[in-house]
Amino acid sequence: MTLSLTRRAALAGLGGALAMPAVRPSFAQGAPIKVGVLHSLSGTMAISETALRDTVLMMIDWANAQGGVLGRKLEPVVVDPASNWPLFAEKARELLAVSKVDVTFGCWTSVSRKSVLPVFEELNGLLFYPVQYEGEEQSKNVFYTGAAPNQQAIPATEYLMGKDGGEARRIVLLGTDYVYPRTTNRILRAYLNSKGITDADIMEEYTPFGHSDWQGIVSRVKRFAGEGKRTAIVSTINGDANVPFYRELGNQGIKAEDIPCVAFSVGEEELAGIDTKPLVGHLAAWNYFMSMPGKPNDDFKAMWRAYIKNDKRVTNDPMEATYTGFRMWMQAVAKAGTTAVDPVRAAMYGQKVMAPCGYEEEMRPNHHLTKPVVIGEIQENGQFNVVHKTPNAIAAENWSPFIPENASRRG
Amino acid sequence: MARALLLLAFLLAAAMPAAAQDAFLDALPGLAGGFAAQAEAVERLGASGDPRALPVLRALSEGRLLKRDTAIILNNADAATGQPADAAGAETVRINNRVRSALRGALGRLQLVSANPDERLAAAESVFRSRSAENIPGLEAAIARESVPRVRERQELALAASRLVAPEAAVKRQGIAILGGASSEDARALLLEARNTNPDLLPEIDAAVASIDARLTFKRAAETLFQGLSLGSVLLLAALGLAITFGVMGVINMAHGEFVMLGAYTTFVVQEACRGTPWLLPWSLPLSVPAAFLVAGLAGAALERGLIRHLYGRPLETLLMTFGVGMILQQAVRLAFGAQNREVISPAWMQGTLSLPGGILITQNRLWVIVFALLVLLLAIAAIRLTRFGLEMRAVVQNRRIAATMGIRTGRVDALTFAFGSGIAGMAGVALSQIDNVSPNLGTGYIIDSFMVVVFGGVGSLVGTLVGSMGLGVLNKVIEPWAGAVLAKVAVLVIIMLFIQRRPRGLFALKGRAADA
Repeated sequence: MTLSLTRRAALAGLGGALAMPAVRPSFAQGAPIKVGVLHSLSGTMAISETALRDTVLMMIDWANAQGGVLGRKLEPVVVDPASNWPLFAEKARELLAVSKVDVTFGCWTSVSRKSVLPVFEELNGLLFYPVQYEGEEQSKNVFYTGAAPNQQAIPATEYLMGKDGGEARRIVLLGTDYVYPRTTNRILRAYLNSKGITDADIMEEYTPFGHSDWQGIVSRVKRFAGEGKRTAIVSTINGDANVPFYRELGNQGIKAEDIPCVAFSVGEEELAGIDTKPLVGHLAAWNYFMSMPGKPNDDFKAMWRAYIKNDKRVTNDPMEATYTGFRMWMQAVAKAGTTAVDPVRAAMYGQKVMAPCGYEEEMRPNHHLTKPVVIGEIQENGQFNVVHKTPNAIAAENWSPFIPENASRRG
Repeated sequence: MARALLLLAFLLAAAMPAAAQDAFLDALPGLAGGFAAQAEAVERLGASGDPRALPVLRALSEGRLLKRDTAIILNNADAATGQPADAAGAETVRINNRVRSALRGALGRLQLVSANPDERLAAAESVFRSRSAENIPGLEAAIARESVPRVRERQELALAASRLVAPEAAVKRQGIAILGGASSEDARALLLEARNTNPDLLPEIDAAVASIDARLTFKRAAETLFQGLSLGSVLLLAALGLAITFGVMGVINMAHGEFVMLGAYTTFVVQEACRGTPWLLPWSLPLSVPAAFLVAGLAGAALERGLIRHLYGRPLETLLMTFGVGMILQQAVRLAFGAQNREVISPAWMQGTLSLPGGILITQNRLWVIVFALLVLLLAIAAIRLTRFGLEMRAVVQNRRIAATMGIRTGRVDALTFAFGSGIAGMAGVALSQIDNVSPNLGTGYIIDSFMVVVFGGVGSLVGTLVGSMGLGVLNKVIEPWAGAVLAKVAVLVIIMLFIQRRPRGLFALKGRAADA
């Protein structure tokens, strides 16, 4: 105990408070561990990110009920970066330099992650990022608990081209105009080309965040589908733009049997605000669905409902990834005996958690989790019916083999 | 011997229906299997023509079919034996897209002879999509009996589509000829699909596609025009209130978008209030229109009386102050309703697509927004031209001091005019709640566009606002197909900048003394 305390005091001194006198040990003894929460609570991404803030707070309550970590209480520090990307960096700096948090859970969009990345690297912070993303990144200060493209985007596209998915031979890539959709679609295009689908059979379109007028795009998709080959939509549309998009799909009568649409950023939480009857059969690819059977998921759902005190609230994949990441961080802190970033990082590698999806997930040295791929179809009640899942959790390829520049990076 | 023959005949007679029943019973357990087995079972059930297959397949498509091990349970009875079966503990049979599309074909086949013309129409549509040469005899029989023209038309298309996949080239040619006479994207898609597999029929197919294309050009242009007008009507709604507060009164109101947002939230509140009385719920949207006008109008009056009137003639301060008020309103709504989007339901009459002659498809909700925007415009023009309030308003705008000497209370007119413009913004919010997300930042997305429309159309001219918004809407939609949604917006902005360089007063510049005031 004394050892860890002196180490902590020394670290606190190094951590930026050099000019101040050393922290008094009596204060440090009872000092809580600070957990930063960096999720948009307003703006276009609030639809997705608010539930993640609640998940982190739930985990903190849960950990405190068990006596905290290392005998210390956890204390949340919640900030609202308001779907404003530069503000993410400012808030991250505030968390690290002013609030001096020990760990941060946060970000949804890749553009927000890219915005905070230099801050976390400069101040040697620790960020848990819980959302599937485009890969092409590996920072020693970030643990990625969502899926890389080979754990979501590529298997989902493969499914669309298979017999159960409708044997699509023409693909529409729709996305919001920022780094995640553009990179994912670059990987997907290379993947499709390698499967014999030429550029003439690929349509790619981007829209701004919060786009609401989808009629032109949806009717162009219809026209593109009318060229005599089975067509499918791969959607990387993020945030609340999905609501008018799905409404337009429904209004224009695009049924899943004709043009199935698989989405990578639409889960139970996003569907909660939409009438899903016209959307039955459209798909989403994730690593977890609320409808998955098994005790780990039942426990997770019960925990969430008990915390949020509302039986109608749903769970989704990024919430599950937040849960898994949080548990891993707790295990790693217990193993390292400190919350200091460098020992915790070393302790993170190889941590295993039985995730709510029913698979044991492991943190690999590439800072990514092993995850199963699960594909679900939207049902009338806004839940997903699992139509495909991999037998095992698969390792992440964060440097995609479909991007030529990665040849030197891949070991 | 005779007895033996009789027995044989009896056995044969018994075996005939038994064979048909067996097809049903044989296929049924497959529904409890994996997706591939389900799809096969559905196809066999559709082909069996058994009357018991229809309710089973219908229940499957509606998610009402249950299973326990391999037993299929429908309406608390075992589907195979008809014996009562307990539904408790049985699980719902789940299907995927592959099964769903097999189901569409099978249901279509079984319902071709339904007594209900709407069901026959839907069946013809399904058979058209699932097309199979096996459907040809069934379709021919159905067409011979059909009396409703619109159903028969659809059945003939389905027959043509089925003929296209028949093995004989002559039958295929018949199909191509009929499909070539249709003017639908679907028929075109079928022909293009057949093109890949029938190299010997290329000339016929290409001719048929070309004849469809000739008709589709008009249809596509009409649809683009509609989409442009629809976007234009949204811009018109958003800008109309501004055309009065900024165009007529000259107040740069950056909180204009927030009045739109207030209108959208009023719609949500009215909807929630109507939830208690179910018969009122479908009318919540029309009820929201006056409510939103009042809420936004009162907020506008309060803003004008409380703050803006102290800043007349100081545009920069007005701009900054209203910008601040906008942020306060946004945050207030966020505190009251939460940061999450609120769902405003669309009534049934605003959902789905309307099919016009010539195969032009327009979405209902967009159509209603266009109608609503034009109604609001007429209302605004009527209020300004025909009412006492409008007369006083024009008098004050033209010459405030003379109007005051004539006994017009100019302060009151200012407040009313500003409230009127804000109220119109509130009504715009009702319409936008149907096509956009009801969130605290709803307004920020429209404020730039609104100013753009008013400046482009000509400050102070309502007709200019109409022409400006519709023009920009159509321009945007014409550019969008080749530039993409992001670049189209940039291109429109560049075009407006160039236009304003040439004509700083916009499309419909006011002339005479009023212009110099």
